[in-house]
Amino acid sequence: MIDKFISIEGIAKRYPGAAGAGDTTIFENLWLSLPRGEFGCVIGHSGCGKTTVLNILAGLDQPSEGTVIVDDHEIQGTSLDRAVIFQSHALLPWRTVMGNVAYAVSSKWRKWDKAKVRAHAQQFIDLVGLTGSEHKRPSELSGGMKQRVGIARALSITPKIMLMDEPFSALDALTRGSLQDEVRRICLETGQTTFMITHDVDEAMYLADKIFLMTNGPGAVVAEIVENPLPKDRARIDLHRHPYYYALRNHIVDFLVTRSKGFVAANPDHDPLHVPVVRPGLAEPALVLSAASGAAATGAAVSAPAQLRAR
Amino acid sequence: MTKSLNVRAAVVSIVLFLGFIGAWHLATRSTGSTAAMSPEYAKLMGLTATQGKSAMPGPLDVGAKLWDHLRHPFYDNGPNDKGLGIQLGYSIARVMAGYLLAVAVAIPLGFLIGMSPLMSKALDPFIQVLKPISPLAWMPLALYTIKDSSLSAIFVIFICSIWPMLLNTVFGVASVRKEWVNVARTLEVGTVRRAFTVILPAAAPTILTGMRISIGIAWLVIVAAEMLVGGTGIGYFVWNEWNNLSIVNVIIAILAIGVVGMVLDQVLAQATRLVTFPE
Ligand SMILES: Nc1ncnc2c1ncn2[C@@H]1O[C@H](COP(=O)(O)OP(=O)(O)OP(=O)(O)O)[C@@H](O)[C@H]1O
Ligand SMILES: [Mg+2]
Repeated sequence: MIDKFISIEGIAKRYPGAAGAGDTTIFENLWLSLPRGEFGCVIGHSGCGKTTVLNILAGLDQPSEGTVIVDDHEIQGTSLDRAVIFQSHALLPWRTVMGNVAYAVSSKWRKWDKAKVRAHAQQFIDLVGLTGSEHKRPSELSGGMKQRVGIARALSITPKIMLMDEPFSALDALTRGSLQDEVRRICLETGQTTFMITHDVDEAMYLADKIFLMTNGPGAVVAEIVENPLPKDRARIDLHRHPYYYALRNHIVDFLVTRSKGFVAANPDHDPLHVPVVRPGLAEPALVLSAASGAAATGAAVSAPAQLRAR
Repeated sequence: MTKSLNVRAAVVSIVLFLGFIGAWHLATRSTGSTAAMSPEYAKLMGLTATQGKSAMPGPLDVGAKLWDHLRHPFYDNGPNDKGLGIQLGYSIARVMAGYLLAVAVAIPLGFLIGMSPLMSKALDPFIQVLKPISPLAWMPLALYTIKDSSLSAIFVIFICSIWPMLLNTVFGVASVRKEWVNVARTLEVGTVRRAFTVILPAAAPTILTGMRISIGIAWLVIVAAEMLVGGTGIGYFVWNEWNNLSIVNVIIAILAIGVVGMVLDQVLAQATRLVTFPE
């Protein structure tokens, strides 16, 4: 049985349409799950409902239908177990770097005294490489530094899940790269379960264990789950030398460029409960298993022997 | 560059000031003794007629009188002859009482309305109707119900300074960036703590702008209110001196009203600067 640490079960989101017209369905009957300790990435075109899914998972938004189960409990609103890294970093501008992180820490551990809160916050400021900038205000930081504070704030409450909505999309390529390294290092070190939204195929390939491909809205569906065939100890700089790199990249780009548009029409018997899982390899992408069919990594190992040790 | 700009602005200010004083002086100076008249008649007519002196006091008269006031700001020779300092003190005390009362009502109420769409909709019609009423229109009602002229003046200050603060608080609270509220929500921060740690600092600049507008209006209204209720205060002083035909004192009072108003405004401007955060 696949361990479903996060399980999104048949959620739908509808917005009331213009007067008279019916509701607009952004997506419906959407199922998605992620095991503990894995990094999941949702990729899809603008406006397909990625942020909506993430906000529902965070508890910031309610689904029109369906439920979200985390760690065997149905979620009720927001929780300190699910930290969010916002696209716009969302730092409180009247607080310093230390103040922003300490605000999160003292929200989680209400009884801690000031010194303990600061010491704990300092650890995470150090972790994201901002030592020495504790007393700066967000307006005095660069975009990358702000996003680091956002990451430190999210990590400082030691959440069960990190939720990231295009955290690096506003950054330049160099900063983005180094922050990706940072996030990957931290996630591997701490075994953090992470759910991220991105537009950037390379970012997804570098960071994610599973990539969820979402079709265009309205009425978006998760078309496919792509298992990342690249080795777990991959490094960003020589990612493209790996034999599976192009197979994976082409598969995702093909989806985004050609298949995402007419997917629902072209696949009338697409079953949202049993989304095909693919693992692009040297040959044609191999269909490994269906999401809910339960078979574990053995199937994947057959099609991609190189990855045996990774799991 | 900025320094030289400041210097140049100061020079222009001084030139304008001196020019104004000079023109004033020239316009009101004595034109020399006019036609001879019998001493009794001259006495009746006063200096205006006998020395060709303008009825409008010149800057030197005002300056001399001002010096008098500054030397003895707090003398008290009965109800109709009190020092300028005492009269201003009464006015400031009334403004402060009414204003602080308004702060105590407007800010919590503004938070309630701003954070609750229901209350916002429910109270909106009342606010829309009450807001445009001239504060002085409340005066008879206040005098009739409160039966105390000083308290009525305070009430009028209260009612006129509450609206800008209330509306700005509502606006500031309702337009706090959603992402900041979401940060508090994901951290499971309770409503009260959220109000103090996120909404208050985020809305503070807007709230203080409202407070600054309010203090300005309160200071405008107190003069009119005191002219109506009488007794004490700078507004009463102006009216009393007008009845005494002491234009010098009226001019000095006008000057004092301006200076106090400026000080009040600057105090709140400074406070606004303290809570404003760069984004
Ligand atoms: N309050 C709302 N009322 C009506 N429609 C809405 C509302 N909020 C979002 N939508 C619609 O929901 C759809 C999904 O929005 P969402 O923000 O989830 O997209 P997204 O996939 O995150 O896009 P992007 O990649 O551009 O961030 C959009 O088409 C948007 O128009
Ligand atoms: Mg989005």
